[in-house]
Amino acid sequence: MKAAVFRAFLLLSLAVGFVTLGALLYDVFSKGLPLLDGRLLTGLPSSLAEEAGARPAIFATIEMGLLLIAFVVPIGVGTAIYLEEYANKERWYNRLLEVNIANLAAVPSIVYGILGLAFLVRGLGLGRVLLAGAMILTLLVLPTVIIAAREAIRAVPSSIREGAYALGATRWQVVWRQVLPAALPGIATGAILALSRALGETAPLIMIGALTYVPFNPTLLGEFTALPVQIYDWIGQPGDDFRALAAAGIIVLLGIVLTLNAVAILLRNRYQKRW
Amino acid sequence: MAAPAAARAISLERSRFRPGELLIRLLLGLCALVSVATTIGIVVALLQPAIDFFREVSIVDYLTGREWAPLFEPPHFGVQPLLVGTFVVTAVACAVAIPCGLGSAIFLSEYARPRVRGFLKPALEILAGIPTVVFGYFALTFVTPLLRDIGIQVEIFNGLSAGLVMGVMLIPTVASLSEDAMQGVPNALRDGAYALGSNKLQVATRVVVPAALSGIVASFVLAISRAVGETMIVLIAAGQQPTFTWDPRNAVETMTAFIAATGNGDVPRGSIEYKTIFAVGLTLFVITFVMNVIATRLVRRYREVYE
Repeated sequence: MKAAVFRAFLLLSLAVGFVTLGALLYDVFSKGLPLLDGRLLTGLPSSLAEEAGARPAIFATIEMGLLLIAFVVPIGVGTAIYLEEYANKERWYNRLLEVNIANLAAVPSIVYGILGLAFLVRGLGLGRVLLAGAMILTLLVLPTVIIAAREAIRAVPSSIREGAYALGATRWQVVWRQVLPAALPGIATGAILALSRALGETAPLIMIGALTYVPFNPTLLGEFTALPVQIYDWIGQPGDDFRALAAAGIIVLLGIVLTLNAVAILLRNRYQKRW
Repeated sequence: MAAPAAARAISLERSRFRPGELLIRLLLGLCALVSVATTIGIVVALLQPAIDFFREVSIVDYLTGREWAPLFEPPHFGVQPLLVGTFVVTAVACAVAIPCGLGSAIFLSEYARPRVRGFLKPALEILAGIPTVVFGYFALTFVTPLLRDIGIQVEIFNGLSAGLVMGVMLIPTVASLSEDAMQGVPNALRDGAYALGSNKLQVATRVVVPAALSGIVASFVLAISRAVGETMIVLIAAGQQPTFTWDPRNAVETMTAFIAATGNGDVPRGSIEYKTIFAVGLTLFVITFVMNVIATRLVRRYREVYE
């Protein structure tokens, strides 16, 4: 009897997550699907719900995604290689580096927005531009990429490294030709998950002024808005029409984010190597 | 370099000087410095204006004041309404995330067959991948009307629906870290308990959960920290009214919502209102930082015991 009650509690607690997920998807799709059409993808933002589209926001989100990958993969993988292959773990500064990365991973995203506001937008005088947005998102997901890359590199058995050294390879030859290729699926998975997380971020972008009217395709050093920020803007507009528009925007955003997640999971399952 | 290198037992480095290798080492070190610079940047960005702020507003008034009205004349800078607002939403979120997350973890780790687990775990992770702005939309347009329909008198913006949805969002956080901790418990402990005649319920609740306790508590602390730092759900669904209230049915403003709402406007730089962003930001940073340190310590403890 007690066992049955307990089992029921466990199933119930699991059901809470799934039922909510189902209700969320049903709610969004039932409200947004009728408005999910060409105009949403190609139109410009407008004060009239029936004319508004999200083209500048979608463009900005794609541009930021590309920039993010270009920034975060070299820096993140570079840090991971340094920590796993080069750093002497006995040294205090390397231990501090590890603790630092772990702590950064848990800093609330809005705090990164404050950092962007203080340094990139006003301090450096970059202004409220797309590049600043991409840089902030890079710093935000950098710890995630570092941690994923380190795990992937650590999973490469040391026998492979020793074999390469025995054949006379230098340290970098070992890393570049042996370790990195073997760790690639793990690194790619981590990078895609980070990309997916970054593209859904809203709060830090609001802080650096992405909540604004942008009726043109964004450029690197111009004003910008992003898809989640556009959705937030629509949620705040009065009237049911804008709510439905927000739901349609959410379908597009979920489409991008969940596809990336699915790709990452497939990649992990398919190429996960057992040594 | 030469003398200590010779003293080391085995050195994989060639003795010949290789500038290329050195350059690469330098570049990798530079990459690693980016995250150090980020931390320093965050601390400096927060601290400098916050110190300016506390020159104008006494820190005692800030921490003990029960009125938050930076724009009013005369202005009030008591942070307690924001702290209480944050606390209320976090408490509601934890009331959902902790039991449901722990229950899910026990089921996945101890009850589910491997095939069921292999399906349920990634499915639960979908929740963790949904952007927070979507959860905010869901709280405002679905959960709040639902609460009203079932007879709970909530305001249009309220801490309850924001907290409930945030709680569901945090279920995967609690579940995956707790499950990791439970998977780390050696099977010998389970087998021993079964051999003494325990049933599955007893093994799960009296052996596995206590053995994995520090990891489980760490997952709770991490969830609390993420609830405190979460912005979009509260900004959209909980309101932007800094009233001092413990009732989650009312509109509340959290620290994060205040920062986002103020930072988004064109606040003149150097004004006291601009500096409030950083004072509140510093408060938020310190709170989450302390909790993260606690969580990391706890995780390290269970790793030391079983791995």
